[in-house]
Amino acid sequence: MVIAARPVGVSGYGLVVSDALVQARGLRKSFGAFEAVRGIDVDVAPGEVFGFLGPNGAGKSSTMRMIACVSPRSAGTLSVLGMDPGSDGPRIRARIGVVPQLDNLDAELSVRENLEIYGRYFGLPRRHVREKATELLEFAQLTERAGDTVEELSGGMKRRLTIARSLVNDPELLLLDEPTTGLDPQARHLLWDRLYRLKREGVTQIVTTHYMDEAEQLCDRLVVMDGGVIAAEGAPAELIGRYSTREVLELRFDPEHRPSAAALERHADRVEELPDRFLLYTSDGERTQGDVVGAGFVPLSSLVRRSSLEDVFLRLTGRTLVD
Amino acid sequence: MAAPTVTVARSTGRAPTALGGVGRVVEHHWRWYRRNWRATAVSSILQPLLFLLAFGVGFGALVGSGPQAAAATGGVPYLVWLAPALLAMSAAQSAAFDSTYPILSGFKWQRIYLAMSAGPITGAQVGLGVLAWTGMKMFWSGAVYVVVIAIFGGVQGPGIIVSLLAALLTGLAVASLITAFAATVENEGNAFSALFRFVVIPMTLFSGTFFPVDRLPEWVQPVVWISPLWHGTEVARGAALGTWQLLPTLGHLAVLVGLLVVGSVLVARLFTRRLAT
Repeated sequence: MVIAARPVGVSGYGLVVSDALVQARGLRKSFGAFEAVRGIDVDVAPGEVFGFLGPNGAGKSSTMRMIACVSPRSAGTLSVLGMDPGSDGPRIRARIGVVPQLDNLDAELSVRENLEIYGRYFGLPRRHVREKATELLEFAQLTERAGDTVEELSGGMKRRLTIARSLVNDPELLLLDEPTTGLDPQARHLLWDRLYRLKREGVTQIVTTHYMDEAEQLCDRLVVMDGGVIAAEGAPAELIGRYSTREVLELRFDPEHRPSAAALERHADRVEELPDRFLLYTSDGERTQGDVVGAGFVPLSSLVRRSSLEDVFLRLTGRTLVD
Repeated sequence: MAAPTVTVARSTGRAPTALGGVGRVVEHHWRWYRRNWRATAVSSILQPLLFLLAFGVGFGALVGSGPQAAAATGGVPYLVWLAPALLAMSAAQSAAFDSTYPILSGFKWQRIYLAMSAGPITGAQVGLGVLAWTGMKMFWSGAVYVVVIAIFGGVQGPGIIVSLLAALLTGLAVASLITAFAATVENEGNAFSALFRFVVIPMTLFSGTFFPVDRLPEWVQPVVWISPLWHGTEVARGAALGTWQLLPTLGHLAVLVGLLVVGSVLVARLFTRRLAT
């Protein structure tokens, strides 16, 4: 079920040693009778961008909150920056940055004040936070809005400010929970660019997302989560290679003349039936398209595309990521 | 993927001390206050002014200075008798307001408590910082109130300064208990309106602010004793008029300090619980 892909060395004394920034073994979280995270193993190496990909309710946010040391684990072991969140929460939190799923900025303070006051929580001197705020405003492209109250900002700007705020203590590890949910494409690309710059500076990042394109864009390595467990683990391209074909042919039919999946099966390696379309997995989409039309099927529309993490997810769980 | 050799940025974050964490929360609120003090200043002057006009001046004229009134007030003008109690009442009322909806907002609407506790400070520090701020704001609203009362001629001597401190202690005791309660409220619902209707307003009316509680029927008196505002009013009035006696005063103070300690412990525990789920 679980693959720990990071190299974990075994010392001569039989002790498992690891350079992982985050290491979880059999990590669980339950809320009463409901088990949100049901025993996961994770290793995040310094400098990498690690992703949790999965639909809503997969247990991503619960996992993130445990790593962020705000939610006590129910079972298993967890180490963050080499410390135990159970006993070293404040010391760990002093060295990480957190971008929560829902913005929690102080809407009645200015953009600059939000950055400065947050820096003060980390015990940083006033002069330092003033300089840091100027630098972060530039980074988040908010310099011109520095004096405005947060209420006046657009959703994308608020998100950028939340990310800027999470960097006020120069964190070694940045946790981003659904960083671009609800943003328009332009705002998303700007955010991705900023996260990429942070990666180049060596900031380790853990991202949760239910967007496959976001996972492919950002993550060096990711786990696919579903129902509180890890369904697969690897680099995006590796996962696609392992669980899907090179190309996908998408066919839409008139509901009156919709063929059965079985009828299409002999033209492809695998067929998935979705409410509005068929997905035919094949190494050569164009050729499959020719075969299907040649066999007398008349689709309303057809599209050949590359396989994505969405297809991996569909293969592993039988469900789509975003409905 | 092979993780490239990188120089990981050094975090500059340090965890503040226990008291430092509380101080940071106060500093955050102070930042907010510096921006918004005008709006709160108007209400913190206007409300006492209205109470003084209605009860001290208007109702006070009705009370007059006949023998019955003198028996109740100990011979001092009604306004002078009322003023220290109004200080305590105003502290308890603003404590109730500051400790209900703003607390729920910090957890649920603006969620700034979640942001605070994502850093190195703890849930308990957030809660105690909020409480400390409520006390500071209460103190200077009270100081403004003292000046307003003095302008109306309601101040007899420097004892009113001690009344102000007694009012602060009363307000903090009330604030700690209501803040702890607010930390358990998940939805706006009816919790706060029930609190105001069945606790705050009766407490305001029957704590000896406007008339001595011995004028109430005997069976109501035990209810008065559990009101923190009554204890605070007794101390505040005793200090202003110089009529206090050692043992009863110590008793009243012990009740208020006891409530504040219990309330603070509850605030620390309930904030910790709410912020770590």
